Amino acid sequence: MRKFFLFFPFVAFSILSVVLYVQIGKDANYMPSALIGQTVPEFTLVSLTDDELVSNKDLPNQPYLINFWGTWCAACHVEHPYLVQLARSGVVIVGVDYKDKKSLAEQWLNKKGDPYRYVLMDELGHFGVDMGITGAPETFVVDSQGVVVYRHQGEINAQNWPVIEGYLQ
Amino acid sequence: MKNAFQCVVALMFFCVLPVSAEQEMDFRSELHKTRFQSLVMELRCPKCQNQNLSDSESSIAIDLREQIFQMIEQGKTDQEVVDYMVARYGTFVLYRPQHSSATFLLWYGPFILLALGLVAFIVVVVSNRKRKGQSS
Repeated sequence: MRKFFLFFPFVAFSILSVVLYVQIGKDANYMPSALIGQTVPEFTLVSLTDDELVSNKDLPNQPYLINFWGTWCAACHVEHPYLVQLARSGVVIVGVDYKDKKSLAEQWLNKKGDPYRYVLMDELGHFGVDMGITGAPETFVVDSQGVVVYRHQGEINAQNWPVIEGYLQ
Repeated sequence: MKNAFQCVVALMFFCVLPVSAEQEMDFRSELHKTRFQSLVMELRCPKCQNQNLSDSESSIAIDLREQIFQMIEQGKTDQEVVDYMVARYGTFVLYRPQHSSATFLLWYGPFILLALGLVAFIVVVVSNRKRKGQSS
């Protein structure tokens, strides 16, 4: 029994090593979303193209993405062509123009193509806060039941799309 | 010489001037201001995770400070402000974690370890004493 206790520091060290080793390489900025498993929060926003009021009942009845972007956001420039490609392959994307100006957003979509079913204007960023976003680009996956099932921070690209696509059902 | 010394002292004071990220806010009362300051100190910035809302200059932190300011001025309680933040960003934003089954070890783990250590210490001391008593 006494001999077993002599091994205690070694065992404790081993456990600690494993716990710490598992953490290596994990994204330190990853943050769980409080919205997973819930429906999209209540909102009423103006759409970019036709100035109509849009609210929860106007959201698509099929699986879709909610993509927060802004013309001020550098990573959104990188992400945009891939979103256009996704839209062409039939993915439904609702855009939220986050803390941005209408004229700049229109220019951007005219020049680079419009992958969005419609774009909601969140000029003050209140809807962004309700969705718990930390910046742009940020994308939520909503399933056919209208429940948020996944959140992706940062740009969507060919590498991470398979994971996101897995939730889109 | 004395002048140079004064210069150095003045410089030192200059260096420690508090650099605050807070924008100008007009509070209705001192109490509101104090409550605001303590809230932004203990809520974590979701964007730059090693800073609290008070220290961060990220755009989301500025928005959240403004939101907290508005809520306090509207007469919301501290708990309501914290609940608002937790509903959107999760318990993650609390620098002072809630007491729950998930945070039990976090809060009480150190005391449990301390108690275990004390027990082990006493056992060792008592057994050593017994052995000494037998040998003498």
